Amino acid sequence: MNSEIASMIGKRLVIAVITLIIVSFAVFFATSMLPGDTATILLGQAATPDAVAGLRHAMHLDEPAVLRFLRWIAGLVTGDLGTSYANNMPISKLISARFVNTMKLAGITALISIPFALTLGITSAVLRGTLYDRVVTVLTIGVISVPEFMVASTAVLIFAVYLKWLPAISFVNEVHSLYDLLRMYAMPVVTLTFVVSAQIIRMTRAAVIETLSTPYVEMALLKGASRSRIVLRHALPNALGPIVNALALSLSYLIGGVIIIETIFNYPGIAKLMVDAVATRDLPLIQTCAVIFCAGYLILITIADIIAIISNPRLR
Amino acid sequence: MSKLVEIKNLHVEATTDAGRRIEIIKGVNIDIAKGEIVALIGESGSGKTTIALTLMGYTRPGCRIADGALLVDGKDMAGLSERERAKVRGTEVAYVPQSAAAAFNPSQTIMDQVIEVTRIHGLMTSDKARERAIELFKALSLPWPETIGERYPHQVSGGQLQRLAAAMALIGGPKLVIFDEPTTALDVTTQIDVLRAFKSVMKAGGIAGVYVSHDLAVVAQIADRIVVLKGGEVQEEGTTEAILSTPAHPYTQELLSAFEPKETQFAGKRTYKARPLLEIENVIAGYGPIQADGLPFMTAVRTVSLSVEKGRNLGIIGESGCGKSTLARTIAGILPASAGNIIFDGKELHHDARRRSREALREMQIVFQYADTALNPAKPIEDILGRPLSFYHGLKGKARDTRVNELLDMVRLPKALRYRHPSELSGGQKQRINFARALAANPKLIICDEITSALDTVVAAAIIELLKELQRELDLSYIFISHDLSVVEAICDEIMVMYRGEKVEHLTREDVKSPTHPYSKLLFSSVPKLDPTWLDTLVLEPELVRQYGGA
Repeated sequence: MNSEIASMIGKRLVIAVITLIIVSFAVFFATSMLPGDTATILLGQAATPDAVAGLRHAMHLDEPAVLRFLRWIAGLVTGDLGTSYANNMPISKLISARFVNTMKLAGITALISIPFALTLGITSAVLRGTLYDRVVTVLTIGVISVPEFMVASTAVLIFAVYLKWLPAISFVNEVHSLYDLLRMYAMPVVTLTFVVSAQIIRMTRAAVIETLSTPYVEMALLKGASRSRIVLRHALPNALGPIVNALALSLSYLIGGVIIIETIFNYPGIAKLMVDAVATRDLPLIQTCAVIFCAGYLILITIADIIAIISNPRLR
Repeated sequence: MSKLVEIKNLHVEATTDAGRRIEIIKGVNIDIAKGEIVALIGESGSGKTTIALTLMGYTRPGCRIADGALLVDGKDMAGLSERERAKVRGTEVAYVPQSAAAAFNPSQTIMDQVIEVTRIHGLMTSDKARERAIELFKALSLPWPETIGERYPHQVSGGQLQRLAAAMALIGGPKLVIFDEPTTALDVTTQIDVLRAFKSVMKAGGIAGVYVSHDLAVVAQIADRIVVLKGGEVQEEGTTEAILSTPAHPYTQELLSAFEPKETQFAGKRTYKARPLLEIENVIAGYGPIQADGLPFMTAVRTVSLSVEKGRNLGIIGESGCGKSTLARTIAGILPASAGNIIFDGKELHHDARRRSREALREMQIVFQYADTALNPAKPIEDILGRPLSFYHGLKGKARDTRVNELLDMVRLPKALRYRHPSELSGGQKQRINFARALAANPKLIICDEITSALDTVVAAAIIELLKELQRELDLSYIFISHDLSVVEAICDEIMVMYRGEKVEHLTREDVKSPTHPYSKLLFSSVPKLDPTWLDTLVLEPELVRQYGGA
């Protein structure tokens, strides 16, 4: 049985790696099709055709796309992420600091939103149909329906502009104390928690409600089990699969999808780096960011799959 | 006589989806003495499970106890708080569910769930509880009592799970156990073991029981007293012997008459025509990818041959998983056979229904077990019946309408039903529509796959009568698949017994009483009889049981 589970997990991992290769392929050729020529942009409109040709040659831009792709993949595998077109810095150096920032924001948001969302999701499922459940449902649907830039802008307007409690922009370099840190992260984290939690709450509620209506939950009730025992020991373990999948989807959003939040709060994260790279036609940077987002997504989804496999004794 | 349970003037209300309140239990009074087993019997919707569950102070979502007292050992379950009720559940009153397969949590080991009652109520130490559980497993004659608890629910058979569910109910030392149709989902051969195990444990412990069932013959074996319910009211109440021998209420008589072997005149005279209507030769079918030898990965039907003569009926009988439904699907071409020949009316049919001619499809129809899933819930009855009329006969407009009315008439349903949707019909009515849809094609052969097994006894008997009448009128032949011997006996001229994908015996009506194959012997002798002493006096050859017995 254990070898079976190992082979299932192995299969998931292989699928993840293949997906990553396909995505990097797609990313590379999609970015190659972006209009405009990097050399022309870098040298400006006054550049002579000779200078442009020279630069193209130096940057390997005159080689066939397949060759460039292979060169890039080989670089990725060996840890050489290449050099930025825009400012000639190694991409690994450009990304590393930004990546840490993104992970910090994602980590703090996850720490707050997961327990918060799970608690709300589970309790509203247990108290289904009560006033509490209705209030939670209305609020989550409300939050899902309001775009995040709206939430962020409103927060800035209230807390930074009128009340002047919090800074409107995040200056990472000016953080000197824990108080500064809290002030800086408060608004981005709260906004993201709103966005991320709503999905988790709805998925958790649905999954728990489904297991709560099964005959084995009724059986537990007829054994005299308390409500908390019914939920924690009988309903939740069987709802784990869908719940971890909802978590993985929401968390992957925190890695790559927070561009609006990063822009509004001017937070120096990786998503903002990627958007800036698009503006400067910095292809290697765009490609690397895209691959990082994809890898993050795949890692989370694969972990969720593995947890779902392990938690199901029929597969064990 | 000391009463353990007194149900006084019980009223239960249900709230419908539309928000209307309807009374589903209308003033029921039942007493149960200590150590007595009382059966609640009635068709689905009669309120038998609802009443049984109120004894634990529980009603299913949407229902509530509106009035009355439920005294269990002096405590009024209707009046207790939820916390006090929880204390009684599992310790004084315990529950054995209808489908143990669904009532076990799939992600916990069986032992954890069996001894959970002792953990919840703090009855004994975990080690003690395990010992007690193993004793119960032995008493319920479960195999590998020492280790079966370490398994997960999906790793044991249905009959074993049902007994494990009984162990789960008994571990708290209850005074009253509620059995909710505990053997309905089991094969007859398995049912015997489970009934015997229940009976001996209950008698040994002097435990009182409420046995909910729709099957009089099963109830006759285990109950001291029978309460007959219909429409949420008690129709008749009495000792098992009295109810079985001198039923007073018409409804009870109807229930009993469904068991009586009827004098059946068969329309099918043996015509000795040169060629039968349907001939199956060495058919092999199964599921999964085709292996190198051309056979499917999982063979469900192994080299089966049969023939059906015109105007005569063939019954196929066997336990669940024996391949009888697969055989039906193979004949109909839904699951193409991997090998063998299917010859219908002298012509060889393609194995795959998609490659058969429309005429061939029309002449052979199949009716499925669950009318609920076989009828499109979004369409009114007239569309459901009209579709095959247009497809096979090209009928339109008025001609089609007239034919729909005729079909409804044939299955003895009022014409007004044509405007309704399947959800607005009763189970028996839905099955009639399901059958009428097959009739719409004007077939020569109808394959009936367990069409009565989801129905109540009385309703099922009426469907069988209808099938016989239609056979006389329309010159049909049936292949009738069932796990229930009495149903097959009632309608079939010939009976084929299947076991593990193989045809083990072919019997005519005359020799049903004396089967020769050991599995047929076991199967036929396992069908419960109304005689209350049947189970206790039944002697099965141990060798047979070991070889073919359930699970």
